[in-house]
Amino acid sequence: MSSVSNAEMTNKIREISGSNPQKCMKCGKCSASCPSFNEMDIKPHQFVSYVNDGNVEALMASKSLGKCLSCFACVERCPRDVKPGKLVDAARQMLIRQQGQAMLTPEEIPEMVDEAMPQQLLMSAFRRYSR
Amino acid sequence: MVYSYYPGCTLKTKAKDLDKYARECAKVLGFELEEIENWQCCGGVYPLGSDEIASKLSSVRALNEAKTKGQDLVTVCSACHHVIKRTNDDMKNVEDIRTRANNYMEFKEPYAGETTVLHYLEVLRDKVGFDVLKEKVVNPLNGRKIGAYYGCLLLRPSKIVQFDDPENPSIIEDFIKALGGTPVIYPYRNECCGGYISLKEKEMSGRMVDRIMDSASGFGAEELITACPLCMYNLNKSESANKLPVHYFTEILAEALGVKEV
Repeated sequence: MSSVSNAEMTNKIREISGSNPQKCMKCGKCSASCPSFNEMDIKPHQFVSYVNDGNVEALMASKSLGKCLSCFACVERCPRDVKPGKLVDAARQMLIRQQGQAMLTPEEIPEMVDEAMPQQLLMSAFRRYSR
Repeated sequence: MVYSYYPGCTLKTKAKDLDKYARECAKVLGFELEEIENWQCCGGVYPLGSDEIASKLSSVRALNEAKTKGQDLVTVCSACHHVIKRTNDDMKNVEDIRTRANNYMEFKEPYAGETTVLHYLEVLRDKVGFDVLKEKVVNPLNGRKIGAYYGCLLLRPSKIVQFDDPENPSIIEDFIKALGGTPVIYPYRNECCGGYISLKEKEMSGRMVDRIMDSASGFGAEELITACPLCMYNLNKSESANKLPVHYFTEILAEALGVKEV
């Protein structure tokens, strides 16, 4: 997929997230708290292990990136301050910063909009799903 | 007391009741919201990446504007509150972000997190006082059973937003009590409504808001209040048989203070 090594990608994800996944003690509170748990292929606690194992390419291909709601339940409840949600967002950033990888494009919008929809929804979605 | 006021994108359009009643009630309660000039949208979600600077600058501009006027900065929307408070924390505590943002902005004097950011509910609790609010009520809510829907953005991460206890909050319940209503506590009051997922995956957010409605009505609530236009939108999409009416917190405030016709 890219010429960048997995080790470099692992460093990058740690840099963007500002999180240290090695502090994780695998208690599972993040996954237990996650409202999107059932929708995710790689669960929040597994996400942390993938980063520790240097398996970032798998994360960037994961559908979990589009399922995280930025509700910060995992960030709030993590007893080790690993902040799994920030790792998910960092992987998402690494994906969408590549050309042609945006998870939302303006062309898709007209079909999705209804009369009651707040601007806040469009703004938030673009901030999370595209550069 | 005069506060700098940051309304945000949606309060000018789809959530006019959130804005209008906040301003009108402020007058009755003895404070003023002075809209900052040329504010720009906060972006709706806080940019989590430690290397994201440009997307934080609209918040930095608003914060610096309030600092120049020597005023605290008040928001009413949950999302604006969340984004601006977290950006302010970065400007105060994260040297790299502070340096890079200031290099870009070139203010007369660097901004370093000096402004205090308050949500309107915090103004009511900490500046006006719920006891004083109670005295100003002319149309008490007659024990209406109201569930507070906090959602995510007001409460988390609590170390930074410092709004209330993130797992067992009480500010909106105390607010409801001050207005003469009966607050109903239910388990899903601080669970996510789905947020921005409702743009692309309506079924998923639909399931989430149905659970919230079922939880609230199961515990006896007859209506919900929120401070967030996106929560309002998502909750109103619920197809649960237990669906409850949803209002902005400013609407019941305006009713109780006699600002809004009942």
